[in-house]
Amino acid sequence: MKIKQIVMTSALLAFLPWGAEAAEGRLLATGGATTTEGAAGGGLVPWAVISGYTEDDEMGGTVALTRAQVDDYRLDVTAASFSYKNRFEISIAAQQFTLENLGAELRQQVFGMKYRVAGDLIYTAMPQVSVGALYKRNTRYDIPELVGSQRENDWEAYIAASKVWLAGPLDRTWLANVTVRATRANQFGLLGFGGDLNDSYDVRVEAATGVFLHRSLAIGLEYRQKPNNLSFAREDDAMSAFIAWFPSKRVALVGAFLDLGSIAGADNQTGYYLNLQASF
Amino acid sequence: MNKLQTGCIHLVGLIFIVAIGFSPITSTVAHANDSLYDALGGTDGIEKLVEELLFNVAEDRRIRHHFMDIDVVRLHEKLSEQICELAGGPCTYTGDDMVKSHTGMGVTRSDFNALVEGLQLAMDDLNISISAQNRLLALLAPMHDEIVGR
Ligand code: HEM
Repeated sequence: MKIKQIVMTSALLAFLPWGAEAAEGRLLATGGATTTEGAAGGGLVPWAVISGYTEDDEMGGTVALTRAQVDDYRLDVTAASFSYKNRFEISIAAQQFTLENLGAELRQQVFGMKYRVAGDLIYTAMPQVSVGALYKRNTRYDIPELVGSQRENDWEAYIAASKVWLAGPLDRTWLANVTVRATRANQFGLLGFGGDLNDSYDVRVEAATGVFLHRSLAIGLEYRQKPNNLSFAREDDAMSAFIAWFPSKRVALVGAFLDLGSIAGADNQTGYYLNLQASF
Repeated sequence: MNKLQTGCIHLVGLIFIVAIGFSPITSTVAHANDSLYDALGGTDGIEKLVEELLFNVAEDRRIRHHFMDIDVVRLHEKLSEQICELAGGPCTYTGDDMVKSHTGMGVTRSDFNALVEGLQLAMDDLNISISAQNRLLALLAPMHDEIVGR
């Protein structure tokens, strides 16, 4: 993991001076940030936005590093995406979840794709609507199996609608996103998929909203409903309050307060979230 | 769900509703644009703004080719009139409609965004407030369809 992070960080830095080569056809911040699952969005919720700044026939993408630290757990993610024509996106994320009290860890890979089916985030009256799928794979399955997970890999599907109002309330630019996801994941999939309580797909609603204080700086909230499949411990919904800074089309930085609720019997898991994204 | 989370889903919902509920009003009725004209500095301010915009466009390698062989004086005059009228000022737009004036140009979505960025930089340079910037952009954005891909 250490080596991977060093490689990713160097890749991230290497992309910064690309400037002239990089996709830049869209307006600032319209590619969003990188979620923990690798898809473009906020932090917890994939949005209808397509990653990077590709427009017309451009190709581009992102690389990102994320850390989420709550009371008893830590999540590290390295992720990358490829984006084409502001139309579709493929992504990959490698997640490492550390159970700090137990000295144990969980690992998952997430492969994603997202396709914009209708609308434009800014220029159409209807919201931008995208459909996406995620394939998640536990690369260490000892603990998930022990706590009652039914399978070590699974698909999720979602539909997301995002809309921006350039001059919304207070004459500020606002964004709203609603995502509906079919999932069997336990704790985002880190504890496998399906459980002894429930082994069928649940439809879960996720939402995000934000306001731009300036075109390079936004604050907002995200909320993500989650299934509750395992009898060994209750699973709560997740939320975050974030601040996102887009100093340029090359870099974005997100910081957030996280409330993940109860995880594997440890209640009130709150903490911080940091995401650094480079776009090219 | 704990209390904080319950509170938060309500807050997300509330902001969502507020954002959806207000936006058509703010962009059409409430700001029937009495003060946007003033916020842009009146007719003089708007003419200066369009001048800055055209300078930015002329320097922008992404879109300057569109503006090579045109009557810049006319464009400055018409665009200033149009913005003045949209902003609620005492002007009447006398140019062609948006479809007609951009037909045959092949303006792309990227071109349109590049022009928006040129306008944002021009507004920054003239110290136009964020609210006025957003209101002007919200008035121009719906023209996207009439201008792009013609
Ligand atoms: C909201 C965005 C835009 C507005 C409000 C706008 C407005 C106008 C107006 C009022 C005119 C003058 C019409 C006339 O002469 O009667 C004009 C002409 C023109 N526009 Fe736009 N325009 C926009 C976007 C663009 C874009 C994105 C491009 C290209 C990148 C562009 C390129 C031109 C050119 C080259 C002319 C001059 C045509 C000529 O004189 O032959 N416009 N536009």
